[in-house]
Amino acid sequence: METIRLTSIYKTFDLGGETVKALDGVSLDISPGEFLAVMGASGSGKSTLMNIMGCLDQASRGEYYLEGIRVDTMNRNQLADIRNRKIGFVFQGFNLLPRTSALENVELPLLYSRTGSRKKSRDRAVAALEMVGLAHRLDHHPNQLSGGQQQRVAIARALVNDPAIILADEPTGNLDSRTTVDVLSVFQALNDKGITLILVTHEPDVALYARRIVTMKDGKIQSDRNVENRTLAGSLGADSGPWEV
Amino acid sequence: MKWRKLIKVAFQSILKNRMRSLLTTLGMIIGVASVISLLALGKGSQDDIRKQVASLGTNMIIIHPGSSFSGGVRGGSGSQATLTLDDVDSLKNEPELIRYVSPDIRLSEQVIAGKTNWSTQVNGVSVDYLKIRNYTLSAGSFFTARDVKAKSKVAVLGKTVSDELFPGQDPVGTRIRVRNVPFTVIGTLSGKGQSSMGMDQDDIVLIPESTALYRLSDGKTIRAVVLSAVSEEKMNDAQARATEILRRNHKLKDDDEDDFHISNQTEIISMAGKVTGTLTALLSAIAGVSLLVGGIGIMNIMLVSVTERTREIGIRMAIGARGADILIQFLIEAVILSLIGGIIGILAGLGIAYGIGSAMGASVLVDPSIIVLAVAFTAAVGVFFGFYPARKAAGLNPIDALRYE
Ligand SMILES: Nc1ncnc2c1ncn2[C@@H]1O[C@H](COP(=O)(O)OP(=O)(O)OP(=O)(O)O)[C@@H](O)[C@H]1O
Ligand SMILES: [Mg+2]
Repeated sequence: METIRLTSIYKTFDLGGETVKALDGVSLDISPGEFLAVMGASGSGKSTLMNIMGCLDQASRGEYYLEGIRVDTMNRNQLADIRNRKIGFVFQGFNLLPRTSALENVELPLLYSRTGSRKKSRDRAVAALEMVGLAHRLDHHPNQLSGGQQQRVAIARALVNDPAIILADEPTGNLDSRTTVDVLSVFQALNDKGITLILVTHEPDVALYARRIVTMKDGKIQSDRNVENRTLAGSLGADSGPWEV
Repeated sequence: MKWRKLIKVAFQSILKNRMRSLLTTLGMIIGVASVISLLALGKGSQDDIRKQVASLGTNMIIIHPGSSFSGGVRGGSGSQATLTLDDVDSLKNEPELIRYVSPDIRLSEQVIAGKTNWSTQVNGVSVDYLKIRNYTLSAGSFFTARDVKAKSKVAVLGKTVSDELFPGQDPVGTRIRVRNVPFTVIGTLSGKGQSSMGMDQDDIVLIPESTALYRLSDGKTIRAVVLSAVSEEKMNDAQARATEILRRNHKLKDDDEDDFHISNQTEIISMAGKVTGTLTALLSAIAGVSLLVGGIGIMNIMLVSVTERTREIGIRMAIGARGADILIQFLIEAVILSLIGGIIGILAGLGIAYGIGSAMGASVLVDPSIIVLAVAFTAAVGVFFGFYPARKAAGLNPIDALRYE
């Protein structure tokens, strides 16, 4: 069963009479354990596609199956639950709650979880932060963390609820080259553990950390290829790693 | 989401904006503080008045001879000797409305005890007078029906009289003279203080009605009749019945005016009560308006807060918060805000009430149910005025909220 199956997804935006075709018939299958990079020129529809896959937005037309379950027909509450249980989202701008500790930020998805026990939410949040190498920054607020560290907190938040898939829209867009590698190595390590990842990027270098690259143009998929010579960021330690600043 | 967590989140966001939160609740604080202080002071003064009614006499009705002043040239109250012992006897035959009746034969006299003397009011009354006027004995006993029948020369002294004539002594058993008639003091009254008209209610000597009438007066002039209704509710009925009886006794025709004046003190007092009641109601209405303004202030700030925190709402939704979670979060925040305002307001209101109370010597009465009501009311204001902003937050689209700059 595919983790994600999109068939003929269309998305149009109405801008006062003028309609913009952001997605123009996208079909895409993503298997469990894949690490997919989405590339393409600005305005080609990458973010729109991610938002639809992340259930933050809904397609105008087309079918979307997540782990075999049809989600394009779901209502607001069902979509909220899907986002909570099956999807982890990492944004370009981190989107952490300000004046809230790293631990509390990571705990947040568990707070809204309607399934399973919420008892161990702290333990699970600590474990997620350990996975991204931030076990020693639990009580730091976002403004006390570097960009790379903030993005790693965001990744921990994305994976804390054991999602089917983690979606990252230009997660390294605000980072310098060094911290970019930090974040990418976290992604690779997570992917090695079996987590399915989709990453949007402008930079060809970054895309080479993935296993498969999809390129978009004008709301359509232009090419879809596997990465031959994958870049490896290095191994992931528990409490300290190459990303440690 | 757990309630404890929700409340914690609400407190966090309130504390993150301390100054703004305080300003938001200011309207609430002022509103609640004024309601609480006004009600405490209003209730206090009503209670004062009620105590004064009780000290005058429970359910007391007073009848004076003479017409009311409405006739113009007609004589004033008390100018005609129209009340008789027959009237008193007739009034005693209405046990279902009238409990106690007493004539009040008031004589201004010089009372002499040994070498001291004191000008006071000597009242010839029935054995029930104490109950009508709510006097109590501090020593000795009151005279009995037998004393009335025998025109006994016995007297009961009010506190002022006994203090003046027998300072520091127990006068019971001693002798006094009134217009050369010797009386034996058989009891003394407890002090009652000034009446609401400022008269010393303890400057009084009580003697049997018959003694006053036949030994000190002309045998017929009765300056007043006092009676008490069986209950407060029966007050008006008793007054109407007494009027009817007196008119019949005095053989007045239908269109004749009353040749007596009947009144009850509680009328005056309840009028005073009504005035303070109206005042309290008016001030409470003003306070209510300020509560409303406070509520609108909370709504306003919550709307600003929703707009400011659109991104936060987007983040929460992106990680799985349902609309209801967001709604409840903002509602709780609004309720906590207004409850904080309410509690500060209650404390401030009590402070103001007791401050004014001690500064102006006014009584303060705090009804616990008012406090409970105030808390409930502020919570309701929070829910009511918080709902619209909260619903607005809950209805946001995740992607729009996230994109919001
Ligand atoms: N909310 C919206 N309203 C109107 N038009 C939109 C909206 N979101 C996206 N679009 C339009 O849809 C098209 C695709 O936008 P999208 O954000 O998906 O591009 P992108 O590939 O992510 O670009 P970038 O690399 O610059 O982030 C663009 O033409 C954009 O203007
Ligand atoms: Mg984009």
